[in-house]
Amino acid sequence: MAIDTGVRERTVEDYKSDEKPTWCPGCGDFGVLNAVYRALRIQNFDPHRVVAVSGIGCSSRIPYFISTYGFHGIHGRTMPIATGVHVARPDLKTIVFGGDGDAFAIGAGHFVHAMRRNLDLTYIVMDNAIYGLTKGQTSPTSGAGFNTLSTPQGNPEQALNPMLMAVACGATFVARGFSAEPQKLADLIVDGLNHKGFSFIDVYSPCPTFNKVNTFKTYKEAVTPLPEDHDASDPIKAMHYANSQDPLYLGIFHQREAPTFGDQIEQGHSGDESSRQKVLEGLFSRFS
Amino acid sequence: MAIAEALRAPAEVSNQMTRTSLVIRVAGEAGEGLKKPGEMLTQAATRAGFQLLTDTSPPSEIKGGVMFFQIRLGAQPFHHRGDRPDVLLCFNQEAFEVNIQELSEGGLLIYDPGTVTPRDTGKYRVLAFPMEKIAAKELKMPIVKNVVALGGMAALFGLDLAVLYALIKELWERKGDAVVQTNNKALDAGQTYVEENISAEERARYRVQPAQSTKNNMVVSGNQACALGAMAAGCEFFSGYPITPASDVMEFLAAVLPKVGGTVIQAEDEISAINMIIGASYGGKRSMTTTSGPGLSLMVEALGLATMGEIPVVIVDAQRAGPSTGMPTRHEQGDLYLCAYGGHGEVPRIVLAATSVEDCFYLTINAFNLAEKYQTPVILMTDTVVAVRTEAIPKPDLTAVKLEHRLTWEPRTNGTSGENGPNEHSSEDGATPFSDGEDGYLRYRLTETGVSPMAIPGTPGGQYVSMGLEHNEKGRHRPDPRSHTQMTEKRFRKLSLSAQDAPEAVIYGDPDADVGIVTWGSTAGVAIEAIDLLKEEGINVALVAPKMILPLPEAQLSDFMRKKHIIIPEVNFRGQFADIVQAKYPRPVARLNVYGGQPMLVGKLVEEVRRIAAGPVENVRVALDPIFGKLEELVTPDDLLAPVEQR
Repeated sequence: MAIDTGVRERTVEDYKSDEKPTWCPGCGDFGVLNAVYRALRIQNFDPHRVVAVSGIGCSSRIPYFISTYGFHGIHGRTMPIATGVHVARPDLKTIVFGGDGDAFAIGAGHFVHAMRRNLDLTYIVMDNAIYGLTKGQTSPTSGAGFNTLSTPQGNPEQALNPMLMAVACGATFVARGFSAEPQKLADLIVDGLNHKGFSFIDVYSPCPTFNKVNTFKTYKEAVTPLPEDHDASDPIKAMHYANSQDPLYLGIFHQREAPTFGDQIEQGHSGDESSRQKVLEGLFSRFS
Repeated sequence: MAIAEALRAPAEVSNQMTRTSLVIRVAGEAGEGLKKPGEMLTQAATRAGFQLLTDTSPPSEIKGGVMFFQIRLGAQPFHHRGDRPDVLLCFNQEAFEVNIQELSEGGLLIYDPGTVTPRDTGKYRVLAFPMEKIAAKELKMPIVKNVVALGGMAALFGLDLAVLYALIKELWERKGDAVVQTNNKALDAGQTYVEENISAEERARYRVQPAQSTKNNMVVSGNQACALGAMAAGCEFFSGYPITPASDVMEFLAAVLPKVGGTVIQAEDEISAINMIIGASYGGKRSMTTTSGPGLSLMVEALGLATMGEIPVVIVDAQRAGPSTGMPTRHEQGDLYLCAYGGHGEVPRIVLAATSVEDCFYLTINAFNLAEKYQTPVILMTDTVVAVRTEAIPKPDLTAVKLEHRLTWEPRTNGTSGENGPNEHSSEDGATPFSDGEDGYLRYRLTETGVSPMAIPGTPGGQYVSMGLEHNEKGRHRPDPRSHTQMTEKRFRKLSLSAQDAPEAVIYGDPDADVGIVTWGSTAGVAIEAIDLLKEEGINVALVAPKMILPLPEAQLSDFMRKKHIIIPEVNFRGQFADIVQAKYPRPVARLNVYGGQPMLVGKLVEEVRRIAAGPVENVRVALDPIFGKLEELVTPDDLLAPVEQR
């Protein structure tokens, strides 16, 4: 006779909300959303024990389409909001979402420090190398010469390499996926969720409406899995593959163990709520 | 100079008097270690039963530059540091040059003859006090010259050295007996010098009586009071970024919050700090940040998010002077517009203002309670004066502190109706999937008060998306006219309602007077002292200083505003508070403004109130002088770069 363990086996449907995505037909973000549903199902999380935090941009609408708790924040401040949620509630699983503008332009400063802190968070960046919500301006991951509404003479800036940046800033899990491969992407997200520390997953998620340069077709031609024998624990090797523009590698570039921010905060705690009055009385005496 | 000649007093001011207040200023180079002896004097005087208030003027430079420590002592509580010192102790020539203009008439200048050559000594009493020589020659330890000075000060106003010995023991016992003994000897040497060189009769001029019932007092700065208030308010999460003059709130909490399981994060900037506390509060924790003007400017966008998402957060703004970087260590009440209206769109916001160090403690608790109750950001404004100065205040009675908690949403269980209304989604256990149909939980449910139950993440069935986008009741982005109209009204409904929980205003003076001062923040203390002086002249004046600025508590102001004369003094150029008051009460007011980076002078306020009280009722704005002398004659850092003979 089967024993009821109280643990319920969930389906993908459990993680879907009734809000329908507003993305354009053919948007890469659908693939990411499907991968997220699959990853949540594989993890079998209770929806009420997950918080999806996002910034501003097309991709950042994703919390509305997931049945977990969510926080649709302000542009670029995704990571600080997620940090607050996570540090306040380490008992919950906080997953962070954003686009390349949110993560690497307006939010670049926060991105750096989140990695430096090794927060136990998973950050999924849906990278389409364009500003889609504002209808077609250049982004930090757009290539040099890229012609957009804001760069009609061609983008005068070099593209930022998020993978190199993440390894350099001390992220302890650095991976890249492709929204056209939702199954593989789901596995990558699961690995990120299971990683203790900051997991950064950059996802090629093409914008068919505003970016005619970085498309499903161009990515399909350029991507290839990282070699089987890649030693992900070595940051220098990770940077070697991250630096490659041809091919563009997919998979886990870098992964290592390091103390998390939360662990260290926890170690610093020398009491709990029950000691508050005593601590206060002690402070009052100290000042008299 | 012969010791017998060390003290010279102008004959015309040698008459005896009974002191109710003594202001001592010790001035020297920053880095000369004025802080520790100042704190010791403060703590010892408190233990000896004095009421007191201290202030420091730190230089803008990290090292070098002139700073002072000032202490005001007496039997009655003080509300202001005192316009002018009665006793000025100078360690070096620069300290003399910068401070001598402020010494009160008939005041006492004490200086180290090894480093200071005073001028115009006929204008004030003078004591040459070779502190450095005593420390170096007699005690063989130049570093204790400040403790020698401390002994001298104690001898002057009548502080029992036993209290200081005890304090020295507490502070340095763990460093060994030799250290304790050296410091004790330094104290004795300072005391002996002053007793031998100032007659008992002369010393009596500087005697102040301690109060009788200060045994239960503690001495804290406004910043420390804020941090203690946060602890008492149940603060669980703090994030901040270093900024003068607010940093010590963060430093204080960083040391103590982990003792109650709380967390302090030094963020990478103020934008991050406020977004972190918004995230933590969304997660259910009572959260706070502290900053000053430049940091608050950066936080403004996120303040709108907290308003829109209806997330309780507390922000303390320790105001400093000037726009941009301005004068980080100087005083101004210039951030009111920013706190009240800063940000795009219409952001209702509760704004409180502390008038004293004690307010910093209790208003921080008020701020948490208001934030939680109305699910909105609350800004507590302090200013450099109250943030930095210390006061002896009664130890708070924690049993009298009442905490408000946010209205939370709980799932219905066993088919019975939930506590918070009919909209709860039924969830039998943590495994039940979220159902977000019509009967689902409504995070932004329209209610009579505007306050809606908040589901804390982790609560089964309460899943919602918090957001900065305009939304419907459920928390879905709906940019339709109904959603924006109803939600705007909901947010402002909460704001108007919060006036019912306004902390009591400062009320002072003669309630029947036809001259009324309305002010805010630390200028309230200046007004209290001015009212006392005016009363001695037979001019009766009333004061009301609301501690809630927005919403403006009409219950505290409407009757008062019917007075014949209404005077609104504040330390800014435009009269920012006067604008808020006049918008609500369109009647003539006299605005008194000062903007030199210093607190308003009691003497200047007295002069102007006297003049206004005797004149017609009219709408005027008067710029008060920031100093007693002429601005053109003020010794500035530029002057000090010039050779002495050119000054």
